[in-house]
Amino acid sequence: MAEEAVKLREDILKGADSPEILGWLEKPYKAEIELKGKISRSLIEEISKIKKEPDWMRRLRLRSLELFNKLPMPRWIIGIEEIDLEALAHYVKPEGVERARDWDEIPKEIRKYYERLGLPELEARILSGLVAVYESETIYAKMKEYLQRKGVIVLPLEEAVQKYPDLVKKYFLKIFPPSDHKFAALHGALWSGGTFIYVPPGVKVREPIESFFLIGRQGEGQFEHSLIVADEGAYVHWIEGCSAPRFLGYSFHNGMVEAYAHKNATVKITTIQNWSRNVINFNNKRGIAEEGARLDWVEGSIGSRMTYVYPSTILKGDYSSSRSAVVTVSKGPYIKDSGSKIVHVGAHTRSKIINKSISAEGGVNVYRGIVRIVRGAKYANAHVECDSLILDSKSKAHTFPHNQVDEPTAMVSHEAKTGRLSEQQLFYMTSRGLSEDEAKSLIVLGFLDEIMVELPVEYANVLHKVVQLEFSELGAVG
Amino acid sequence: MSGLEVRNLHVRVAGKKVLRGVDLKVEYGEVHAIMGPNGSGKSSLAYTIMGRETFEVEDGDILLDGESLLGLSTEERAMKGLFMALQDPPQIPGVRLSTIMIAAINKRLGSTDLTRVRDPSIVKRMYKLAEELGLTRDILQRELNVGFSGGEKKRSELLQAFIVDPKIVILDEPDSGLDIDGVRKVSEMIRGLTDQGKGVLLITHYARMFKYLDPDRVSVLIDGKIALSGGPEVAKLVEDKGYAYIRSQYMARRG
Repeated sequence: MAEEAVKLREDILKGADSPEILGWLEKPYKAEIELKGKISRSLIEEISKIKKEPDWMRRLRLRSLELFNKLPMPRWIIGIEEIDLEALAHYVKPEGVERARDWDEIPKEIRKYYERLGLPELEARILSGLVAVYESETIYAKMKEYLQRKGVIVLPLEEAVQKYPDLVKKYFLKIFPPSDHKFAALHGALWSGGTFIYVPPGVKVREPIESFFLIGRQGEGQFEHSLIVADEGAYVHWIEGCSAPRFLGYSFHNGMVEAYAHKNATVKITTIQNWSRNVINFNNKRGIAEEGARLDWVEGSIGSRMTYVYPSTILKGDYSSSRSAVVTVSKGPYIKDSGSKIVHVGAHTRSKIINKSISAEGGVNVYRGIVRIVRGAKYANAHVECDSLILDSKSKAHTFPHNQVDEPTAMVSHEAKTGRLSEQQLFYMTSRGLSEDEAKSLIVLGFLDEIMVELPVEYANVLHKVVQLEFSELGAVG
Repeated sequence: MSGLEVRNLHVRVAGKKVLRGVDLKVEYGEVHAIMGPNGSGKSSLAYTIMGRETFEVEDGDILLDGESLLGLSTEERAMKGLFMALQDPPQIPGVRLSTIMIAAINKRLGSTDLTRVRDPSIVKRMYKLAEELGLTRDILQRELNVGFSGGEKKRSELLQAFIVDPKIVILDEPDSGLDIDGVRKVSEMIRGLTDQGKGVLLITHYARMFKYLDPDRVSVLIDGKIALSGGPEVAKLVEDKGYAYIRSQYMARRG
């Protein structure tokens, strides 16, 4: 047993710096269908046809397209001008791949990526279910049998659209409407691949369910959609991981997560983002918590060239609560733009935001969190903690917190700290025999301690190792 | 020569000359005390020996066991066996006192994972030494120097010196800010370092430690130069006559 635990840890550590493990892209796996060019009505119709979608979904896509064309380009996003949407492949279907329930059914050229990351083993040992998305399609989805008997649904979203249309319709693009902004609308028009999880009333899914997204080529747009629903009193922990091998051009990720925690339900969402440095990573994440429900986010954002991520919760029901912990690491000429957003609607709602950013070697972190307490959210309580660690003079951290409180009985507290590593601190640590990188990695790990305890131990180990690698000489080579 | 040797050391920091030809030796098993008025270059000497980047060596050499340390980084000097206890160590938020010691030990054991305890007996030793130094056990779990009292800082620096187990320990004013009991305790512990065969370079402003600790050699640093060097009688002279007297004698000798 102990041996097994050691082996498991080793496996996870192997997967720690996933772009490193995946290496340079040799040759992309052959595409059966690849749709490129102008994002037009006919392109959207084509995707919908390939997916044999019901009319309501086709219309939803077209309406999203209209909104995309109408909505202005968000002006606050840094570096967005690099993306040339018309040059991207908006839909890529890997050849000869249907959704598999067995890893053996997946072509070995694709399977090798997941195997190198140790996912089939993780699935067997600690997960309730696993969904794998490659390019634009879900290639694998499976859950433990006992959950099936309890009525839990874990499916590729496309399959859920066919099998449970009423259930999907009830939530899909309702929590995060495409009208919110241009990229949400683009997602609504082009979404493909992803996860649908439904946990029936009172069912507690003990082990986490993981979805893993891989981009296997340059010049691709990935628009996967995840919809996580916990019915009354249910419990589910969903983990999403993402990575890509290194390639020369860039790819664009514009995924969406919608979560719904019904009365007294708990939904936990953990993301370990480790895209390669060629990926521009845009996320749309929002959840709603009903009365007494709890919705928690943990986001570890390490990789990518640029990341935009704002986990958001609407505390709709009385006594609902949310905790959002976001860690962003920008080491090198990369940008992380993040910030949790919480809207308190119900009375006695509680929220806590923890945001920690680490900037090094010219990296930039931007925080734009929002706490909004609407009138009538009596005795709502929100606490924001925003810490920035800057490891050298070339790097930057900006914080733009925004609190809007319209309820006089509410309480909002905010703490912000910025620490810049000084020459004296570095001298002190190195005088103990540590290299500068080792000193930095200890400081960074210490800085993240509070968030590590939020993660399942296996994933805390991953984050721990990734950080050590990021700040070791080994990591600096890559 | 075995031990630490400083030869004709000239140092500049931020354009300002701070050391003007310092010679000194620290042999294993002995305490060499460096005394001097404020601003005489005592701390600069310590930082330069430790290789702090802002201290620029213009001339001279620093040798450990006959091998020059110039050109080596602070990390490399530490790994060769130097240790410096700072007068006012900086706060390192997020890093526990136990963490830095475990990392320092793991590094010396050649481990790539700095955080995992490889030898549980080390943790026992930490607790034991902390107690001997008059520290409470919980200090090991506190963030390094964050909210430490003056006395706790001094003791924690000494604790690290014992755990890291270097050849030469440089102590920069380990007595400042301590009460009488503290001075006695720290003095006894410094003797404990030399009993283990380590060489100690003890920087101090006052002679009050020498009530509890007989230094083997005492040198007086004035204006970046050693003005007087000898045995414990030098410390006595400083205490009786003050630095101004020693300076005037030195100036007179030099003509």
